[in-house]
Amino acid sequence: MSKKIFALIVIITLSFNSCSEDNDDNLKPPVSTTFTFNHNWDGTLVTNASFNTVQYTNANGELLSIERLRYIISDITFTSSSNEVIELDIYNLVDVTNNTNLSFTTEAQIPLGNYTVSFTFGLDNEDNIENYLDLNSESFNVPDMLGGGYHYMQFDGKFTNSNAQEQGFNYHAIRAVDNPGMNPTFPQDTFFTVNLGEIEIINDIEIEVKVNLAEWFKNPNLWDLNALNQMLMPNSTAQIMMYDNGQSVFSLGDISQ
Amino acid sequence: MIKKWLYIVSLSLLSLSCSNEDTGYEPTPQPLDIPILFSDNIIPPVIPNGNPQTVEGIALGKKLFFDTILSNNGTQACASCHAPQNAFTDDTPTSDGVDGIFGTRNSMPLFNLAWNYGERFTWDGKELSLERQALEPVQNPIEMHSNWETVVERLQSHPEYPELFRLAFKTSTITKELTAKAIAQFERTLISANSKFDRYSLGQADLTPQELNGLDVFLREDKGDCFHCHGNPNNPLWTDNLFHNNGLDATFSDLGLGDVTGDPNDNGKFKSPSLRNLAFTAPYMHDGRFSTLDEVINHYSEGLQNSPTIDPLMKKINEGGVQLTIQEKADLKAFLLSLSDPSFINNSEFQN
Repeated sequence: MSKKIFALIVIITLSFNSCSEDNDDNLKPPVSTTFTFNHNWDGTLVTNASFNTVQYTNANGELLSIERLRYIISDITFTSSSNEVIELDIYNLVDVTNNTNLSFTTEAQIPLGNYTVSFTFGLDNEDNIENYLDLNSESFNVPDMLGGGYHYMQFDGKFTNSNAQEQGFNYHAIRAVDNPGMNPTFPQDTFFTVNLGEIEIINDIEIEVKVNLAEWFKNPNLWDLNALNQMLMPNSTAQIMMYDNGQSVFSLGDISQ
Repeated sequence: MIKKWLYIVSLSLLSLSCSNEDTGYEPTPQPLDIPILFSDNIIPPVIPNGNPQTVEGIALGKKLFFDTILSNNGTQACASCHAPQNAFTDDTPTSDGVDGIFGTRNSMPLFNLAWNYGERFTWDGKELSLERQALEPVQNPIEMHSNWETVVERLQSHPEYPELFRLAFKTSTITKELTAKAIAQFERTLISANSKFDRYSLGQADLTPQELNGLDVFLREDKGDCFHCHGNPNNPLWTDNLFHNNGLDATFSDLGLGDVTGDPNDNGKFKSPSLRNLAFTAPYMHDGRFSTLDEVINHYSEGLQNSPTIDPLMKKINEGGVQLTIQEKADLKAFLLSLSDPSFINNSEFQN
């Protein structure tokens, strides 16, 4: 019995020592990273509880509601100051409508250090030709004649049109496509990289991504919902405008670690 | 020490007496036979941990499904409104119950139910699992108009059922919950995945030019734009299993999902039905208002009614809809019919 107690004391002592004497970050184990997507409309919090009511005014002065919002982020990338790149080949369907996947913890652990953190809005062309069973199950596909793959975003709602009537809009972002049919062509890529900037990771970390939905309608293209509201998937000009406007939608929020 | 031994022996005896009814016996597992088109394209089905599929459970569920013993006066079974030849619905707009009174909703066809990931069943999403749904019609005054106490008594005194329950669930003590579990097991086996379009997807059949044109109308956002709610060739369910107001009415006599959630934003929303087996499931919509597929297509083309909760995916509402040409309508119909699966309605495993 006394041998067991002695062994236990030794183990406990060693454990405490090993913890307290490790002041070198490089020797610390890698940590988990969690990305939390918080949505706002020019600073006003947006959740699914605020859906279905015409209450937001876009830069063009149109009143609108949100009824459905889900989008993909993928390929989260950590680039160290010495240009070592950790790219996580993952994707996450942020579903604001159902309040699911708004917080996403990467499976891979990240070594401590300073990183430039970025992710892809949508799916890059390589990922977009994969067959994702969960996205198929969500019916998030893009028809083959429009190039196939998946929506990057479905953002549906209603706006008050110039006749003072409520009308639906489907701001659906996909890979821009021309010549729909058997041999569609692609004028330019419309997935894009969101760079959150430099983050020092010293512990398990939660990174808030702020998503200002008003930016989709604002900058650099003033979005006129009376002109561009539905059937935007086969409209490559509209898709490229979404790509342009999307650049300012995402930004780094609070960090806790 | 003697006390300790007595305690152990007592516990052992107690446990033996508890398992007296099912000593050594286990029902035979029978996982769902998942079609390759499903396993290749969508995530696995939902099988509750508390109700695994077994040979004996499925057999019991099938017997119960076709047995009029569940109804008040012994005239109706589940299959009375969910007949195999109609892809497990019936052919009237709404269904009459044991007293000849018609309900307000169209009987829903039953297939591929295990892939309803959200697990909201029925037109209004009221039932949160297949097991819970199976409890409802027995006691519904317009449907079987019975009560579970009576039904359980009947089953318990039946010459065969207690043994069948023992084989399925290791107890011959029948409960409504076990009855519902068995029915749900049978219902999960009702898998339809052998339509002409399925074979086309697998490279085993060709579609006609008209059917291909119809697929094009179905998928084009500037034509039918059916796919946002009813899926696409990468999702063999042909439904999103979600709830939409598809512009049937300007005002609602039936609130649908809104009645269940209490949220006025859900008023007039009903589940998107699968487009499989439309050849066998007329009439259509939650109240069976459309007798033919042509009427359904005409509705989306020029019959939409505006209302505050109409889905924003509905297009050209001021014009009544997406304005398909006669040819496009015919093509769309031809494509839709390619999603029907005669082998499903003729499957001997699903017949009484």
